[in-house]
This record gives sequence, structure tokens and C-alpha cells, in this order.
Amino acid sequence: MFAFTEASEARIEKILAKYPEGRKISALLPLLTLAQAQEGYITPEAMVEIGKRLNVSPAYVESVCTFYTMYYTKPVGKYVVKFCINISCHLNGCDNLLEYTEKKLGIKEGETTPDKKFTLLKEECLAACCEAPVMQVNNKYHVNMTPEKVDQVLASCR
Amino acid sequence: MTQILFKNIDTPNLTSIDVYEKTLDGYQSLRKAFEKKPEEVVEMVKASGLRGRGGAGFPTGLKWSFLAKDVFPRYLACNADESEPGTCKDRDLIMKNPHLLIEGMILCSYACRIETGYIYMRGEFWEYEELMDKAIDEAYAKGYLGKNIMGSGFNLDMYTHMGAGAYICGEESALLSSLEGYRGEPRLKPPFPAVEGLYGKPTIVNNVETLCAVPFILMNGPEAYAAIGTEKSKGTKLVSVSGHVKKPGNYEVPLGTPTIDLIEKYAGGIRDGNKLKAFIPGGSSVPMLPASKADVPYDYESIMEAGSMLGSGALIVMDDTTNVVVETLRLAHFYMHESCGKCTPCREGTRWMYQILTDINNKKGKPEQVDLLNDICDNMSFKCFCPLGDAAVGPVASSIKYFREDYEELIASMKTGQPVGTI
Repeated sequence: MFAFTEASEARIEKILAKYPEGRKISALLPLLTLAQAQEGYITPEAMVEIGKRLNVSPAYVESVCTFYTMYYTKPVGKYVVKFCINISCHLNGCDNLLEYTEKKLGIKEGETTPDKKFTLLKEECLAACCEAPVMQVNNKYHVNMTPEKVDQVLASCR
Repeated sequence: MTQILFKNIDTPNLTSIDVYEKTLDGYQSLRKAFEKKPEEVVEMVKASGLRGRGGAGFPTGLKWSFLAKDVFPRYLACNADESEPGTCKDRDLIMKNPHLLIEGMILCSYACRIETGYIYMRGEFWEYEELMDKAIDEAYAKGYLGKNIMGSGFNLDMYTHMGAGAYICGEESALLSSLEGYRGEPRLKPPFPAVEGLYGKPTIVNNVETLCAVPFILMNGPEAYAAIGTEKSKGTKLVSVSGHVKKPGNYEVPLGTPTIDLIEKYAGGIRDGNKLKAFIPGGSSVPMLPASKADVPYDYESIMEAGSMLGSGALIVMDDTTNVVVETLRLAHFYMHESCGKCTPCREGTRWMYQILTDINNKKGKPEQVDLLNDICDNMSFKCFCPLGDAAVGPVASSIKYFREDYEELIASMKTGQPVGTI
């Protein structure tokens, strides 16, 4: 079963107020984001619930959900570690950092550690190119990364 | 030098409305605007020569004057879906000076008789959503947003809306699809958003940097803005200089500044004692150029004449240790990943280009594959549903045009060792 928490419900009320009457489907992305923040990923049950709220089918919710790369439809670790691999970061050695992090966490890109703490992902441009290489852990940007800084950031994830 | 967008940008706590008001005469331009008719504000922006800073460079005032007559409500959608590789200027504006954007959006809304504005931010900017929401709340509290703003009788509501990871949503019609709760796929144009945009209503879609330039125009007059830059490229531009330079960063320069100055003077030159080999002047979507063209003035017309585009103002610099094919593969992967899949030439073409470039990088390439890449470029150019297809062609076609020897070198070294670059 999926249910929005009380805190989420309060947010939903605010979100729905942003859009005109009859256009509440605009809230689809924000609601998916809320569901993911709550559960860690988007469960089929969450899609059903969101569909009910916005008066669209669960299949429709899924079709939108899977279009966007930030939504996970499978469980991920408590911390999702993303490395930008696009050109500006590549010119600044992001591949070495990714490899370093893979070794450190003992997993390959796309995988989750057995303790479910970290998921490691490649990311397309994160729009912080002048501070490359860039890493994002959950919602937080970390810039001008070095192996030492990777160590520090990962150590701060508890 | 005139700083319009980055003036006092590093003032501590500039994100707070009190500091913004004190440091930058914040929100004073609204008084000037409300003394005028909305049409007069549009005329001012037209006279300033301001052009869209998101990539297309379309004259902003002209865009504002295209709104369907007498159709209401109208909407403003600020494009903050900054995702073009190399581009990171809007992020700086949002995280350091959110009130400048709000002020610019209020001016645009007043000029265009818009009563609802959305800021569509890329999903990864989650940590800035809170910052922007707080700034919007402050503007409401001071009476710069809401009903009857400063006694003018003008009403405006403003909201943030977060995307969720899709480059294509930076294309204006895809952005509107996404904002309406659909998959972020582009729509057929015409009708253009100014006629039928968000919820089928007339809509202005403007980039963050564009809107942030408007308060200056109101405060100082269009002549002051038009006095900066070249004959056709007016004003200043934020340029994100990244790659193999000593001091990468966002620099605000008058349009027409030589590109080589951006690399040498602003960004400190090429690092590690290497030499410039190639540069991409306007973000990943535009053709790259060889070092021999680095003296090109950084303005729309000159870069166009040199065979590329100013685009979003992202100057990506590559030194002479770079194999251009390896970097082209990164970009080809990007466009394959970000193609929305709606139209065939883009969906299939981007994948095919990626596969061939992977082969070449894996030293499995064949000489005829370079011409095949060119052929695919021809078959995609101007044949895709939206500009993403053409964007994907830019780096590939230009890398062959100027650096064919990099391809030939890799192909000649077939079966002689490890892949040079994979993804």
C-alpha cells in the first residue's frame, strides 16, 4: 500500500494551488517527486494513487514517469551518487573519479552496495561545467571534485 | 566594464530581498515600468536590441509583441531547464541573485499583460527550488507580487515548477508539454507559444539570462543597453568558459569581445603549458571550431560567419592533447540519451552515430565509416521534428570537417591496442 504522509499532503495542497482549475495534471511531476522523496523510488502503488488524485490512469502516470531520468522505478540506495560524464567534466577527468568511486564502494556504475547505502550512477550534464568535475549526492551538488573530496563526501553520508 | 547581470553578484546574502533592494536598487525598475503603458515597455525592450540568451538569439521585444491579441489569460514560462552541456550561467544567476530574475519576470509580465508566471527549473536544481520559493515569498510579502502590485492595478502570481531530468524540456514547446503534465515531447510549430502555448493560451517562454537583463533596460533606458556590444549583437553576455583552461568560470562580457580574450584573459589561458586545439563557442549543440578561428569576436553574427553559433554562450575549450573523436563520442552519447524518441531521424540517427563513434573509439572503425557519419548528418539536418536533431549533428559534422585526421589516426591504429575512449 502507498499513502502520502501528512507532511506530503500539506505539500500537495500547495502544489495543486499553483495550477489553474481543470489543469491539475500539471502536478504530476511534483507528485511523483514527492512520492519518490517519501519511498526512495516510485512504486506501482504510488502510480495508482497519483493517478487517482489527478484523474488519470496508472498507465498514463507510468508513461510520464519513465520518460524522466530522475525517477527510479526500482529501489535505490539511501544515497544516490551521480557523476556527470559529459564533455566539460570529461575534459577534467571525471572518468578517473568514477573509477575511483567504483573501487571505493566496490560496485560498478548502475549498481547499489549490498548494504543499500549507495547507488552509483552516471549523469548527463549537471549544469555546473565551470566547476567540473561535478558530483551530486541525492539533491546536493559537490563541485571541483578530487579523490580526496570524494572520500570526504562519502564519509559524511551516514 | 559594465556589469548588468553579475553586478555585485558576490555580495553576501544577496538572495535576501532586503540586501537585494539595498545593493542593487532592487525592484525600483517596477516603478519606472508602472509609469508607462505595457506597450511602451515592449517598445523599450525592442529598442534595446536584447536577444534571447537561451540559444536561438531571437529578438526579445519582438517575441513579446507576437502574443495573440486580446486572448487571456496569458502565461510566462521562464526557461530554467539549463541542460546544454557546457552551460552553467543560469544556475549562477538563480543561486546568487534570484530576485533579479523575479524582477525581470514581473517586468515581462507587466509588458505582456500576463498574470501567471512559472519558473521551470531542471529537476537536478532541487536545492535551488527552496531558495527560489523563499525569494518569491519575500517578493509577495513586500507587495511586488500578488494583487494590485504597488498600487498599479496589475496582478501577478509566480510559481516554481521542477522538471525531472530531460534535456529536451529546454526546447520551448517540450517545456510546455512537461509543465502541463505530459511527457516532455516537442510540439509542432506553428502555432508558436506566443499564439498557443501553455494550456493553449498565449505564452512567453524566455531564458533566465534574458529576463535578468530587463531591469537594467528599464532603469537605464534602452539606449544604455544598446550602447554595449556590436551593431547587431547588443548588450552583455554571460559566457561559461569550461574545459582545459586555468580559470574556468562564468564571465560577463560585452558582445563582440574576441573569443581568444575570453580564453586567455578571462579564463587564464590553456593550462599545463598546452596549446589550444579546438573550441565549441556556444554549447554542445553548435559546431566546434579549430584554434585558427579563436580570434572571432564573440557575437551572434561573427560566430555565425565563422561557421558556428553563439548558442547559449558556453565556450568549451580543448587543448592539443585532446583527441576530438573521443569528446565527440561523449556528445553523441548525450544526444542519443536525450532524444525523446518522437521522430525517426533523431531517434535512429543519434543512436547510429553513437554506435559508429563507439566503434571508431574502440579501434574497430573502418575508413568508410567517416563518410557514413557525414551521410547520417545529412539525413538528419533539418529533417527532425525539433532542433535536438540538428543539435546532435553539430558536433559530429564539425569534428569531421576540421579534425578528420583524428578519425583517421584512430582508424589507422585499428587492432593496435586499448580503446582510447568509451562511454
